[in-house]
Amino acid sequence: MNGALDVALRLVAVFVVFLTFPLIVGQTEHKVMAHMQGRLGPMYAGGFHGWAQLIADGVKFAQKEDVVPAGADRRVFQLAPAVALLPYLLVLVAIPIGPSEGAVGQVLDAGVFFVLAVMGVGVLGSLMAGWASANKFSLLGGLRTAAQLLAYELPMLLAAASVAMAAGTVSLPGILHAFHWWWLPWQIVGAVVFFVAGLAELQRPPFDMPVADSEIIFGAYTEYTGLRFALFLLAEYAGIIVLCGLTTVLFLGGWHGPWGADGLGWLWTLLKTALLAFVVIWLRVTYPRLREDQLQKLSWTLLVPLSLAQIALTGIVKVVIS
Amino acid sequence: MSLAAAPHGFLSPTGVEIAFLLVGLVTFGAALVTVTTRQLVHAALWLVVTLGGLAVEYLLLTAEFIAWVQVLIYVGSVVVLLLFGLMLTRAPIGRSPDADSGNRWAALAVALAAAVALVWVVVDAFRTTWMDLSGPAAGSTRVTGESLFQNWVLPFEALSVLLLAALVGAIVLSRKAKAEEASGAPDTAPGTASGTPATPVAATGEKEGAR
Repeated sequence: MNGALDVALRLVAVFVVFLTFPLIVGQTEHKVMAHMQGRLGPMYAGGFHGWAQLIADGVKFAQKEDVVPAGADRRVFQLAPAVALLPYLLVLVAIPIGPSEGAVGQVLDAGVFFVLAVMGVGVLGSLMAGWASANKFSLLGGLRTAAQLLAYELPMLLAAASVAMAAGTVSLPGILHAFHWWWLPWQIVGAVVFFVAGLAELQRPPFDMPVADSEIIFGAYTEYTGLRFALFLLAEYAGIIVLCGLTTVLFLGGWHGPWGADGLGWLWTLLKTALLAFVVIWLRVTYPRLREDQLQKLSWTLLVPLSLAQIALTGIVKVVIS
Repeated sequence: MSLAAAPHGFLSPTGVEIAFLLVGLVTFGAALVTVTTRQLVHAALWLVVTLGGLAVEYLLLTAEFIAWVQVLIYVGSVVVLLLFGLMLTRAPIGRSPDADSGNRWAALAVALAAAVALVWVVVDAFRTTWMDLSGPAAGSTRVTGESLFQNWVLPFEALSVLLLAALVGAIVLSRKAKAEEASGAPDTAPGTASGTPATPVAATGEKEGAR
C-alpha cells in the first residue's frame, strides 16, 4: 500500500509540474517579449504588468468553438493534440531535479534513451494534424515538421551519447552523480548542439518553418481552434520545459551548484532550467526565421560534424583519464 | 534467461504473463489492421501502435534498453520517414483506390510461412527455459552492453560495416543521378554536383539515350 501511495504521489507531483510550469513559461514569454519589443498590449490586461493576460487567453481558448473541417479525417484530427502533448508528460517523469531518491518521478535504467525516444514521438502529433486537416498549408507544415525532425534527431542523439560516454551510464541520475565541474568545458560543444537541435525539434524560432505564419499560415495547426489549439501551444511550452530540463541535467550539472548545495539541489536545477527557458524566449525575439534549405544545411553540415567531433573528443579524454 | 527453480504451468499465469498476452493481442490486431486497411496513412498510424506494442512487450520482459531503442528508431524515425514519404507523394484522406494488390494471397502465404518458421525456431530453442522476471533485470543497459561487446562484437561490427556500406551506396546513387542530370553524360560525371548550373535543354535527348 505504501508503495502504491508513493507512486501515486510522485505521479501527482509530476502532473502538477506538467500543468503549471508550461503556463509559467508562457506568461514569462509574454512579458519578456513585451519588454524586449517595447509592446504595450501584453502589459494591459488586469492592471499591474498585465498579470491577467494568460487567464484571458485561457478563457478565450475555452470559449471558442471546436471546429473540425468537413473534409478532415475526423478521428486522426481530434487525436493529434493528445499525441503531441502526452509524450512531454511522460518525459517529465524521468527528469531528476535533486540528488535524493524522492526528487525524480521514476529512475529509469535507460533514461537518456527514454527521454529522446518519447520526445521524438511527440512529433507524430504534428504530422497527424498536418495530414488530417485536409489543407495544403497544413500538409506543407507537416512535411516540414517531418524533414526537420529527421535532420535534427541525429545531432541531438549524438550529443546526448557523448555525455553518456563521459558518465559511463545512460541513466539520468547516474549521469548527474558522475558529473564534475570540468565536464562543462569538456562537453560545451555537445551542449550547444543538443540545445540548438532541441530548439529545432520543438519548432521554436528561429527554427519555426513548420508554422511559418508568413508562408503557410500556421502549418499543421492552421485548422485547429479553441482548446485543441491550446493543447498544441501547451505542448510547445511543455517541450521548452523538457528541453531546458534535459540540457540542465545532461550538460549543466543539474543539482550541482558552485557552493556545494546540500539540500538545495532542486533549486539549482530549477534555476538553470529557468535560465535556459529565458534564453529560448530571448532567441525567439532576436533571430529571424531560417529558410528551409538553411535549416537542413545547418543540421547536416554543421551540427552533425560538430557532434561527431564532440564524441571523438569525449572518447579521447575518457581513454586518457581512465 | 535462467531455469527457474519452481516448475511453471500454463494454468496459473502471473500478472506479467497476462499483461504480455493482452498486449500481444493488441499488437497482433494492430498489425492485422495495418495490412488490411484501405487508408494509406491509417496503415502507417496503426504501424505506430504495432511497433509501440512491441516496445511494451520488451518492457514486460525487462529489456528496457531494447524497448526504448525500439521506440526511438521505429516509432520516432522510421514511421516519421514513412509518413514523410506518403505526404510527399500521395496521401489522400479516405480510401486509397489503388491501395490494393493482386499479390495479397501470395503475401499472406509468405507471411504465414515466415511466422510458422519463426515460432517453430523460438519454441524449439526455448521450450523449457523460463525467464525469471522478478529477479534482477535480464535486459538492463549494462547487461545488454556487456553481452553485446563481449560475446557479439563481431556481428555488431559486421552490421555497422554493412550499414556504412548502405549509407555510402545511397549517397553515391543520389549524387550519380544528380550528376547525370547536371552534365547530361554519365561518364564525364563531374565531382562537383553541388552548384553545377542547370542542364542545357539540348543535352536532354542525349541523356535519355545514355540510359
